[in-house]
Amino acid sequence: MWDYTQAVHEHFLHPRNAGPLADANAVGEVGSLACGDALKLYLKINGQGIIEKAGFETFGCASAIASSSVLTDMVKGMTVDEALKLTNKDIAGALGGLPKEKMHCSVMGQEALEAAIRQWKGEPPVPHAQEEGRLVCKCFGVTDEQIIRAVRENGLKTLEEVTNYTKAGGACGDCRDEIARMLEAEFQRKPLTELKARPSLTNVRRMQLILKIIDEEIRPQLAADGGDIELVDVDGRRVVVALRGRCAQCRSSDVTIRNLVERLLREHVEPDLVVEEA
Amino acid sequence: MKTFYFDNNATTAVAPEVLEAMLPYLSDFYGNPSSMHSFGGRVGSAVEQARAHVAALLGAEPEEIIFTSCGTESDSTAIHSALQTQPEKRRLITTRAEHPAVLNVAQYCERQGYHVVYLGVDSKGRLDQDEYLRVLTDDTALVSIMFANNEVGNIYPIQRMAEAARERGALFHTDAVQAVGKTPIDLSHMPVDMLSLSGHKIHAPKGIGVLYARKGVRFRPFLRGGHQEHGRRAGTENVPYIVGLGAAARFAVGHIQEERIAVARLRDKLEQGILERVPDCIVNGDVENRLPNTTNIAFKNVEGEAILLMLDRFGICASSGSACTSGSLEPSHVLRAMGVPFNYAHGSVRLSLSRYTTEEEVDHVIECLPGVIEALRAISPYKD
Repeated sequence: MWDYTQAVHEHFLHPRNAGPLADANAVGEVGSLACGDALKLYLKINGQGIIEKAGFETFGCASAIASSSVLTDMVKGMTVDEALKLTNKDIAGALGGLPKEKMHCSVMGQEALEAAIRQWKGEPPVPHAQEEGRLVCKCFGVTDEQIIRAVRENGLKTLEEVTNYTKAGGACGDCRDEIARMLEAEFQRKPLTELKARPSLTNVRRMQLILKIIDEEIRPQLAADGGDIELVDVDGRRVVVALRGRCAQCRSSDVTIRNLVERLLREHVEPDLVVEEA
Repeated sequence: MKTFYFDNNATTAVAPEVLEAMLPYLSDFYGNPSSMHSFGGRVGSAVEQARAHVAALLGAEPEEIIFTSCGTESDSTAIHSALQTQPEKRRLITTRAEHPAVLNVAQYCERQGYHVVYLGVDSKGRLDQDEYLRVLTDDTALVSIMFANNEVGNIYPIQRMAEAARERGALFHTDAVQAVGKTPIDLSHMPVDMLSLSGHKIHAPKGIGVLYARKGVRFRPFLRGGHQEHGRRAGTENVPYIVGLGAAARFAVGHIQEERIAVARLRDKLEQGILERVPDCIVNGDVENRLPNTTNIAFKNVEGEAILLMLDRFGICASSGSACTSGSLEPSHVLRAMGVPFNYAHGSVRLSLSRYTTEEEVDHVIECLPGVIEALRAISPYKD
């Protein structure tokens, strides 16, 4: 069971400003049924740019409903510029905190608010995906801009935290390596474009390391199944190996290459090695 | 506040007669069953008696019963034993609807280079038997199919599937954690080689399980060490819990028939009551072939965790296949395998009964649930 604060329970059981707003002149929508939570935020903004009224409709868990409810309370009376300065941390803070796995609910609130205000200003609704951002997590539609924003605003350090805050990497997992690289780059305070410029090994050192890992880590595992492995060539980041013994006839040899050989070499030698079978 | 417990597929209450049977083995009779003195020997007889009760529940021989720490240990032992004793065979067949205790072990085997086939299910969660016969090759070491599904309650055609496996020379294991005690199982007429069960699903405490291993089937222990359980599971026997499981099995043997009917009647009343009062909901699973105690209902356009928390205020305990309840970000793998649409899958609620569920408790749920769904739908952005 989640350890929700009293404020989360209170806002969940007695949501403020629930329901659509008939005279809204700004609406922000984020999330989807497929994602498991969605928020439609309604704002009534007056001529001075002050948010007079707010309403919401939310499909989601208790923390999603509570985040929406508390957000509508917070923004009432704010100018749009003040509202744009709100972060997901402010929303979570107003609830006395959220479980770390639920932080994405507060992010959803912040994004809906931004979307609504952009609509009111006549700006395109989804700035991240359509303008600067590049789609990283295809399952939940999360861009690199969204990830970096969550990382910076919340001081995120690990892949797990990024998933808790943005959902990115939470389904098929294909983008986890990329998020890890983004975190690493962010940690070293390097711009994203410098991602590839990591210090690299000399050819001799790389080959020595590969041989060592094959001897010490990979060969013993294959031997347990009556197989063996031989290093054929190292060409830049491309490692060519041949499977021997029982592994040579094994129908799952490509699985062995990918899941065992490539995984271990990437882990111990260099993360961008590609292993191929001769 | 009174608790209305509708989460018996998660765990069950320890039966009073089980607790009573256990207590002497937590106090006076603390001897080690392996000891040479009669003080330990008396405890050893209690373990053997419990073994006989479990065997009787399954239609097995006592020497085919191995006590373990839980269903998960039984599953892991069965799978690893089958693969290690047949190193020449490289294929493992299981289903996409398995419990993680099997599914994650299968995925581990896949990473070790095994060829693992995950049988798909249709929209009602039924296994594709033609696909099964197609993938059942001569190099299949093991078929591991759950007897009944924990989420939707489907009972799978284990008799037929085990017979097909035997014809092909493959070992057959079934994770029967949810089925034992709820549906009759007679292993004397079923070519199942290994079966897992768990005590806490049949009113014994948590922390005790059983692996049935058919006589003559080659076996490798998972836990090595002492000679306990005839060298098949090392470690000093968890005597009080074994005695408790024996008592639970004994009770189940005597009551399974009447209980099935009584529990199914209440389950049906609950399900009908909800379907009549709440629009836009569907029953997940194969209603013709499922456990008598389980119903899994999906409510359109609302989210499961929110439903559970509101039910919690009325003292009602249930569970959900929604993403939010699991701590993962996706709805249950079973509902996804079945292709349940997202607008229903996130709003699925499992209600599971037991012999202790009363008609008044069922009425309470029927009374409270419609208001909860209505309140959540009122604030949902999805209305159609």
